[in-house]
Amino acid sequence: MAKQPAAVVGVGQTHHRAKREDVSMAGLCREAIDRALLDANLTLDDIDAIVVGKAPDLFEGVMMPELFLAESLGAAGKPLLRVHTAGSVGGSTAIVASSLVQAGVHKRVLTVAYEKQSESNAMWALSVPLPFNMPVHAGAGGYFAPHVRSYIRRSEAPTHVGAIVAAKDRRNALKNPYAHLRNPDTTVESVLASQMLWDPIRYDETCPSSDGACALVIVDEDTARASANPAWIHGTVMRSEATTAAERDQVNPQASRDAAAALWKQAGITNPIEEIDAAEIYVPFSWFEPMWLESLGFAEANGGGWRLSESGATAMDGKIPVNCSGGVLSSNPIGASGMLRFGEAALQVRGAAGEHQVDGARRALGHAYGGGSQFFAMWVVGSEKPAN
Amino acid sequence: MTRTLSAPVTVAFDYTRSTGPVLGRFFTGLRDGQIVGGRTSDGRVVVPPPEFDPVTHEPLTEFVDVAATGTVTSWSWVPEPVKGQPFDRPFAWALVTLDGADTPMLHALDASSPDQVSTGMRVRVRWAEERVGAITDLACFEPVAGLDGVEPSEPGPDRARPQPRNEAATEQSRSADVSGVITPVSLDYIYAASPEESAFYRGLNQGRILGQRCPTCQKVYVPPRSACPADGTPTAEEVEVSQTGTITTFCIVNVPFLGQKITPPYVSAYVLLDGADIAVLHLILGVPAAEVRMGMRVKAVWKPEAEWTYSLENIDHFEPTGEPDADYDTYRDHL
Repeated sequence: MAKQPAAVVGVGQTHHRAKREDVSMAGLCREAIDRALLDANLTLDDIDAIVVGKAPDLFEGVMMPELFLAESLGAAGKPLLRVHTAGSVGGSTAIVASSLVQAGVHKRVLTVAYEKQSESNAMWALSVPLPFNMPVHAGAGGYFAPHVRSYIRRSEAPTHVGAIVAAKDRRNALKNPYAHLRNPDTTVESVLASQMLWDPIRYDETCPSSDGACALVIVDEDTARASANPAWIHGTVMRSEATTAAERDQVNPQASRDAAAALWKQAGITNPIEEIDAAEIYVPFSWFEPMWLESLGFAEANGGGWRLSESGATAMDGKIPVNCSGGVLSSNPIGASGMLRFGEAALQVRGAAGEHQVDGARRALGHAYGGGSQFFAMWVVGSEKPAN
Repeated sequence: MTRTLSAPVTVAFDYTRSTGPVLGRFFTGLRDGQIVGGRTSDGRVVVPPPEFDPVTHEPLTEFVDVAATGTVTSWSWVPEPVKGQPFDRPFAWALVTLDGADTPMLHALDASSPDQVSTGMRVRVRWAEERVGAITDLACFEPVAGLDGVEPSEPGPDRARPQPRNEAATEQSRSADVSGVITPVSLDYIYAASPEESAFYRGLNQGRILGQRCPTCQKVYVPPRSACPADGTPTAEEVEVSQTGTITTFCIVNVPFLGQKITPPYVSAYVLLDGADIAVLHLILGVPAAEVRMGMRVKAVWKPEAEWTYSLENIDHFEPTGEPDADYDTYRDHL
């Protein structure tokens, strides 16, 4: 049986900040949920099921937080699922929620993802020394920096491309009232002048630590009729692979390429750069923009990505605007970061992205990755109901 | 000798919780020696107050002071307390419905034996000597002698009806409301290496670097993985690999962070040992960080044998061999 049509009719997010000490975890989630429900013109009573996502429990030190959050999320008496795929979890969570509607199990599903980084220290949580092992791990930056170096070598990229991406996303963030980093003075030069943290990654080329949440309301075709501007789901894909394997491609992982190929096929897209009007790609370190542009098929492998980023094609007025919201580089509540990409893609095709709206965006990509580049989640949303 | 190596590991962090306004009110009350409940839309007084109304889902806004006495509605005896529990002697966990509340709250009950505890017994709060705005401000409940069996619905000497808080009377004595609590978490694990990893660590204890070859794809894994991650085949054939190899890629860690074991800056590099098909992550020394290159040939530098344990740390670091750099094509498939 074919999938049932499903659409995003509500998008909500918090004002992302380094420390949201004014709210609890539940309060943070509800801020996003209440905005998404208001946007959808629904209430918690209208919701059939709730799907929650967040990154590793060690980040806040709460095991299975969905249990203590259940009542605050309005889940009492309803199915409540928790999804966990490391950094890609916000995307995977939205996909699980949409699959409940596409499968015809539920009509109105609320999904929320969050992270309250201020309650812990993700760098510590990702670098806990294990017995017998060499304690050379240095958080996510330490993990990804060698692979960025590999990309630069493999694609012969000029070293300022990372700074071009960082400056572009920080400028975009100024148009997003919810963004965490709002620094009007960021330029390519200022990024290049910032401290080298995990060489070759500079301070200004990394994402911040944020508190924040994102929520989406995903509904069936009947419910979507009441919405003036539903974002129809044209395709959803998740793929995973082993973190370490001999000769695994760490720059352009197989799972990423396979996921992209499956996504474009599902969405009926043959030439992504021509057919996608806006992309929200998970870029926690600026170099991942050109890396994922290649892996996703927006550009040729081994160099097409950085040429696209360097040319300005990924700016808001470029051929393929990437991360008009400011992206992960401007707000990184880890668990929510993937859902923010999915939600921002929905806002674009709904014409509801405000100052960072791409004019006339009809189809948009939401993308997330996690772990050691081993979990991938992607969707394409469109302003029109998919034909198939 | 056991088949596998294991070692203790403790994961500990002082988490800082933002309470939000509702739980903040509860913790502020505890600090000030007053237990605060919340009135939900169905008229019940719930302790601790829920952040959101269970029926309307609206944020809870009405707070009610309840009494420091109450009735045990259920309980469980703890004959052998463990680390981190409220007492180091036997005690009870009890559900106590405080006078003025409609729901019970869970806390420790200090009693000398299970014979002293019964459902329906009357108890009162014992406050901690120093109160800071945390659940531990309520040290425990303790039995109220002579009040056993009083029906909860009857007014008694220690009963208090729910009262809206008298803000004016109490405000002056109060400093700022509690908005956060610190939750120290410390988990003790026994970290167990797999049998194959254990063989690897035992090899290191003899100054050897051991891997295993996958019988299906012929790739040599260092450390060995029990099963090949690419095709799932169990691995068995042991292979000793070279102590010399090639840096495939690396990063220079300039950033200090909590729990860091090596003082930055340091070079963390993937070293593809000759004879292995997967790189190991290790430390590069003996060369300025800025001169480390992809393709650089390096060799293991061991700690003095007297310091060897069962760890990759037996290799203190890798340093350049002085050989010409490896050709990019020899390691390009390992990036």
